[in-house]
Amino acid sequence: MNILLGVGGSELSYQALEETLDRAQATGDNLTVAIFDNEEVSADADEIRDRVEETLAETDFDAAIRRLEGDSPGSELVSLAEREEFDRIVLGGGERSTLGKIQLGAIVEFVLLNSQTPVTLIR
Amino acid sequence: MTRDYPDEPADEFPRPPRTVTDREDRDVEILAADMADYDSVLEMYLSFDPADRAQGIPPTREPAIEDWLDTILGEDTLNVVAVHEGSVVGHATLVPDRHGEYELAIFVLQAFQGAGIGTNLVETLLGLAQSAGLEKVWLTVERWNDPAVALYRKVGFETTEAESFEIEMSIRL
Repeated sequence: MNILLGVGGSELSYQALEETLDRAQATGDNLTVAIFDNEEVSADADEIRDRVEETLAETDFDAAIRRLEGDSPGSELVSLAEREEFDRIVLGGGERSTLGKIQLGAIVEFVLLNSQTPVTLIR
Repeated sequence: MTRDYPDEPADEFPRPPRTVTDREDRDVEILAADMADYDSVLEMYLSFDPADRAQGIPPTREPAIEDWLDTILGEDTLNVVAVHEGSVVGHATLVPDRHGEYELAIFVLQAFQGAGIGTNLVETLLGLAQSAGLEKVWLTVERWNDPAVALYRKVGFETTEAESFEIEMSIRL
């Protein structure tokens, strides 16, 4: 299976990266990591790329890294998945407030509602 | 991210303790609560219908409920409970976020919903907040939860963000 994982620099997006790597190692899936700027998080694409590359090196797993440009990372992710016929989009999300309520960010919500490709949300 | 608040502060809200009669003619006390009320609040959440959860809370397993109560009954939080015949049947909480603003949540047991207890809980919690000097209170609610949205609006909350699955509302005290 060809997996497209979106990483926008939130803690949950890095958790999703680790879980997806574990799973891809077990299943032999092909993984592409799409990096984007999430305006809800204070990290730029270069920092995110560094951290993704570090994690890939630690796990000794080979994955392609892509950079999504533009103001609508959710839309870019959905388009890329359709254009290159990925089998599944994976995203981390569902931040909890101190009180404990889960909220989905704007990018996750866009992808869930607009993707024709199956989506896995890792919480 | 900065959250919007109404320019004008709300009027005075009633403060605990109060005794109200709900629309089913049940006498209900609305009381301030804290960690000392842990057991009776836990009791309520143990009998809470999982189908009535919203946005991931309350948790369903007992250890998870206990962890959650440690947070929402903990330091710097404000809580009120609705008590009927010695049992907690409703609970409303204010928990500080990282910006010194307070997030509100409320839960009422199924058998006591739709009888005005929620409105009394929220109003009394906001009264307690006024007496403690709190100024900014916000909440999120699922867009399709019409009774809750109507309740918050009636109490004086204004919608500040309605573009996602959850509506965000706020009030200035």
